[in-house]
Amino acid sequence: MEEGVVNEILQGPLRDVFDSKQLITDISGSGNNWAVGYKVFGSLYQEQILEKLRKSAEHCDCLQCFFIIHSMGGGTGSGLGTFLLKLLEDEFPEVYRFVTSVYPSGEDDVITSPYNSILAMKELNEHADCVLPIDNQSLFDIISKIDLMVNSGKLGTTIKPKSLVTSSAEAVKKWHQRPFDAMNNIVANLLLNLTSSARFEGSLNMDLNEISMNLVPFPQLHYLVSSLTPLYTLADVNIPTRRLDQMFSDAFSKDHQLIRADPKHSLYLACALMVRGNVQVSDLRRNIERLKPSLQFVSWNQEGWKTSLCSVPPVGHSHSLLALANNTCVKPTFMELKERFMRLYKKKAHLHHYLQIEGMEESGFMEAVSSLSGLIEEYNQLDATKSMPVEDFPRLSIAV
Amino acid sequence: MSIVTVQLGQCGNQIGFEVFDALYTDSHCPQGLCSKRENEAYQASCKERFFSEEENGVPVARAVLVDMEPKVTSQTLSKATQSGRWKYGQHSCFCQKQGSGNNWAYGYSVHGPRHEESIMNLIQKEVEKCDSLSGFFIIMSMAGGTGSGLGAFVTQNLQDQYSNSLKMNQIIWPYGTGEVIVQNYNSILTLSHLYRSSDALLVHENDALHKICAKLMNIKQISFSDINQVLAHQLGSVFQPTYSVEGSCHYRRNPLGDLMENLVPHPEFKMLGIRNIPQMSENSLAYSTFTWAGLLKHLRQMLISNSKMEEGIDWQVRPPLPGLPTLGKASLNRGLHFNMSIANLVILRGKDVHSADLGGFKDSALYTSWLEPINAFNAWKTHRAFSKYEKSAALVSNSQFLLKPLDTIVGKAWNMFASKAYIHQYTKFGMEEEDFLDSFTLLEQVVASYCNL
Repeated sequence: MEEGVVNEILQGPLRDVFDSKQLITDISGSGNNWAVGYKVFGSLYQEQILEKLRKSAEHCDCLQCFFIIHSMGGGTGSGLGTFLLKLLEDEFPEVYRFVTSVYPSGEDDVITSPYNSILAMKELNEHADCVLPIDNQSLFDIISKIDLMVNSGKLGTTIKPKSLVTSSAEAVKKWHQRPFDAMNNIVANLLLNLTSSARFEGSLNMDLNEISMNLVPFPQLHYLVSSLTPLYTLADVNIPTRRLDQMFSDAFSKDHQLIRADPKHSLYLACALMVRGNVQVSDLRRNIERLKPSLQFVSWNQEGWKTSLCSVPPVGHSHSLLALANNTCVKPTFMELKERFMRLYKKKAHLHHYLQIEGMEESGFMEAVSSLSGLIEEYNQLDATKSMPVEDFPRLSIAV
Repeated sequence: MSIVTVQLGQCGNQIGFEVFDALYTDSHCPQGLCSKRENEAYQASCKERFFSEEENGVPVARAVLVDMEPKVTSQTLSKATQSGRWKYGQHSCFCQKQGSGNNWAYGYSVHGPRHEESIMNLIQKEVEKCDSLSGFFIIMSMAGGTGSGLGAFVTQNLQDQYSNSLKMNQIIWPYGTGEVIVQNYNSILTLSHLYRSSDALLVHENDALHKICAKLMNIKQISFSDINQVLAHQLGSVFQPTYSVEGSCHYRRNPLGDLMENLVPHPEFKMLGIRNIPQMSENSLAYSTFTWAGLLKHLRQMLISNSKMEEGIDWQVRPPLPGLPTLGKASLNRGLHFNMSIANLVILRGKDVHSADLGGFKDSALYTSWLEPINAFNAWKTHRAFSKYEKSAALVSNSQFLLKPLDTIVGKAWNMFASKAYIHQYTKFGMEEEDFLDSFTLLEQVVASYCNL
């Protein structure tokens, strides 16, 4: 809802990739106010948005999925973004809605981000098929790690420039001035790997609709923790199998996650491994067997693995792995968010900015909080089953 | 008589290609160890069953390829054409764009009715090319969405439309440790539906095939292609022509009918497994010799002890002594479980095949009491060697082979169902919890029946 960023894209190296008619901009922005994004701009631009969406959809032989990319803490991405979500559900009910959301970190500069995030969460709970939460701190940590490797000059480790998950050697050099470019590249790679099996051939394909089917056991629990490996490829190193197994181990290490969370000490509901490159089913099975004992799965999904093999690796790598986990470890993130919200809300701080928007009432805030509390409670109930012994339910008995 | 193959989903199509390739390669193999006349009759019989002819002489597989997304079928079609030796019909392929999302309900309730006409038309065209139809061979997996859901739907349709033709479904049992998280749901829904509409279910387990690749074939990095080739080899050893009663040069005309007649005497018992011996890498083959006595001894013990391959056989297992009661459900958990058979078929191919002594398989202790061994056991012998193996033996068995895997899958699916996990994904497409319960009931019945043999 302001022109700066969109204009930059239109003048940048990718200007020909985007259709300049498929743009909607306004001037003043949403002022980091979810209500402005949702209520004001939502109703203002509803028709235009629908029209442009329909136009894009018409170009498709078969429309399977929408990707919504936004942040939770601001006004436009958060407010108008979630308004759009509802719109898509109404207009295109059969098309999946995948949302990549950047959650606000502990120290972020937007004071009202907890309000915006909680209000947006309610919409995500109800209208998204699948959400991939991301936080900037994790992305920043990943870049720092890469930076360390690139500049440490350890003996014998030379890194192939194209292989960086932050991509393009220039981005790495300039990242001190433009950190977000490098960080965003990581998210871009996430989306690339997610869609790789749909774009390229492989011996075990996985489409986007399969992600939702396998990783979402209950409608509300659709938040997936993602981790990407490898972050870079070392040149001149030829230890194939060990490196391959290392890749699998890394996917389950906290350093490679795009959100701060601790899946290993929480409960897995389901896990997907999307492998690219020259990896065969025996490598996959061997690593699953190896990693399984250290992970806790919910009782009714003890072997809850979804796997896919795509033959084409990403640029600069011989293989790569994207792990998506539906795990109760997202609960702390949500609880923290709720806490930050309550601290502001109890004092009614900044509330008037929202309430002065037509259509916004305090009840909206209460509903959003209770929606989040409900979600947290569902995770709590699952966590409670964690240490209980796995018992089989009695089977149907048949008269012989 | 001819067999029309229907390949469904990624699994079905990838396997189908390997099967036709194996059948073709074997029938044109110069080391048949038999007379030229016999070889030519073999080739002709194989061709009649599986290939039709096109103007330029390239054999065309009698197959219909179905998938709900285009990548695999186009790959399969081009792989076949590129080989230059055989190919698929240009118009034998039906595919869509969006896939089934590993959702049985989507494959069965959405894709099925929507594309019923197109798919059945394609099958009809293939059937019309046959002089006489023995039946259908449907290749599908249980774990995914297209093979399982759409496969169940198509099989039902075939039953309605071609009620006089036989249907055998080749089902792939997924790895125990997930390929797909909802694989147990998809499996029980598929099995229960197929039990009602198919004539026989020929089952191959990925875990077993994987072990064969690792232990017998010595493959280090096992790919799905390797697994499918082992499977194709096993199927080929069963489906390639065998002599009829009249002897050499006269091959059996009705492969499916003969198989069913021998192996499926009762509709409650439809689950068949294949064991094949010997199975090894080509390198090892050059250095090995076999005797029929040795091969058959191993094969018999594989049957009795429910071993999936000729390595690691448990020689302690013995048939029960006559007069003692059967152990029933308790036996599921006991270690030395003897595998009771309903019916067995042994197919021998190769050198000195008539000298092979099959007495061990005619022991009445191996079979249930309601069939005499003379009816329960059959053997087919053919001089013509299969796929460069000087001697090879295949066993198709209707026995308790699949009892434990079936019981395990039903158990896991039931646990998940009791927690109601993932159910909303199925009810979204018109299914109800009742449908799940019906499937569970049917399969518990099958488990009980096999258990109480």
